[in-house]
Amino acid sequence: MQEELFTSGRNIPHIDPSLEIWHWPISVYLFLGGLAAGLLFFMAIITLMEKDKEYPTVVKYASIIPPIALSLGLLALIYDLKHPLYAWQLYMTVRIESPMSWGAWVLLVTTPMSFLWVISYWKEMFPKWNIKFNWFQKLEAFLAKNRKYMAMAFIPLSIVLGIYTGILLSAFNARPLWNNAILGPLFLTSGLSTGAAAIILMAKTAKEKHLFGKIDLVLIIVELGLIIHMLMGMYAGSEVQLEAMQLLVGGEFTLMFFGFVVILGLLVPAVMELTELVGFKVPVAIPAILVLIGGLVFRFVMVEAGQITRYLY
Amino acid sequence: MRYAMVIDTLKCVGCSDCVVACQTENNVPIGYCRDWITETVNGAYPNVELELKSERCNHCDNAPCVRCCPTGASHIVEGGIVLVTPNECIGCGACIQSCPYDARYSHPEGYVDKCTFCHHRVEKGQQPACVSVCPTKCMYFGDLDDPNSEVSQLLKNRTWKTLAPEAGTKPHVFYLI
Repeated sequence: MQEELFTSGRNIPHIDPSLEIWHWPISVYLFLGGLAAGLLFFMAIITLMEKDKEYPTVVKYASIIPPIALSLGLLALIYDLKHPLYAWQLYMTVRIESPMSWGAWVLLVTTPMSFLWVISYWKEMFPKWNIKFNWFQKLEAFLAKNRKYMAMAFIPLSIVLGIYTGILLSAFNARPLWNNAILGPLFLTSGLSTGAAAIILMAKTAKEKHLFGKIDLVLIIVELGLIIHMLMGMYAGSEVQLEAMQLLVGGEFTLMFFGFVVILGLLVPAVMELTELVGFKVPVAIPAILVLIGGLVFRFVMVEAGQITRYLY
Repeated sequence: MRYAMVIDTLKCVGCSDCVVACQTENNVPIGYCRDWITETVNGAYPNVELELKSERCNHCDNAPCVRCCPTGASHIVEGGIVLVTPNECIGCGACIQSCPYDARYSHPEGYVDKCTFCHHRVEKGQQPACVSVCPTKCMYFGDLDDPNSEVSQLLKNRTWKTLAPEAGTKPHVFYLI
């Protein structure tokens, strides 16, 4: 039996009795960043495969989401900083060892580029909003001509953006729940899956809905596999990791994790998408919305539960 | 030069003088603390053991807070002391998340703050405030690279432990047991 207590009245705000330095904006950002990464990735792949005429939703209409999602995500990030007036210090240095520094630089490049992509499709997307400035039309023509190069840049950028949200958490060895190598690929897969779900929601043709239904199904299965991997890794891990796993399996976050993420966010949509592919009539919006909600809840569970886990006390 | 602190848990009575001295010396905001006392009871009656420890930032060799800092505000200075530059810190909280000892906190002014091993005193050849006030003289501060220093001798002759060694941080605060 061991009992440990603070006798000097240690009660540091946000640290004791449990760490709570990251709040809802971080979870929301991780979700929006993953969603934007997924959309940008599919957009770039379809463009590079020269299928952009066949899948207009992916390359055109859904491309409105990433700039909005990234801008809101950045605002959320800055909102959660405790010393926000010094945020520019992020861009005074490149720190290879710090995932947050990687993320800051990738966001600095990706966010403006996602705006430029929308401008490159301006005439086709908003035929009524004809901007008559000469420089804008020149810019639009120039961007439309070089769309392929932008797509080439988006592939690595979107993958780094998607994976960094997970690596950011897994780099903290002091938080046993986060400290596993599978979190990066898991967040990337979840981001791609929410991206596919958003495309299904916006798609107008059955062909697009069908293709992204299939992609989403594969991604959901991969994600389930990665979640099992993560839990097994913690189950076979050290004591602190076992304690961390118990938060998700049988502890405080079980209902949120298994109910909203695994069952409603992954299993139910997978079954619905499967029955739809087999030929039954299923409104595809339902699994898509479930996947999006599941992705958001997953970020909340990981951020909140991870902060509770610690080595001492 | 490699500064370290050695704390004798057999001599510590848990009076919290080190906590108050630190708060006074470093003008720590009310309600916050850079060091604290823990009381650990091991075993069941009648075989019980009590251990008192004064804890703080461990000024690790392999400091996860320095690794995770996106701006380089957390850095290691000569002697292995981990410091934070307030006007480079954006208050993102990455270092707070990365510390296995939960030694860092967000200062009400926004930046992240923690024990500095009283760098301003050590520079002048003085002892950290907590060490200098300890009424039982259970705390020692010195250079690990010097084999004749008090801390090196204590670590050579006594049994000691560090906190959460499994976190792989190579801490520089040692507890004699």
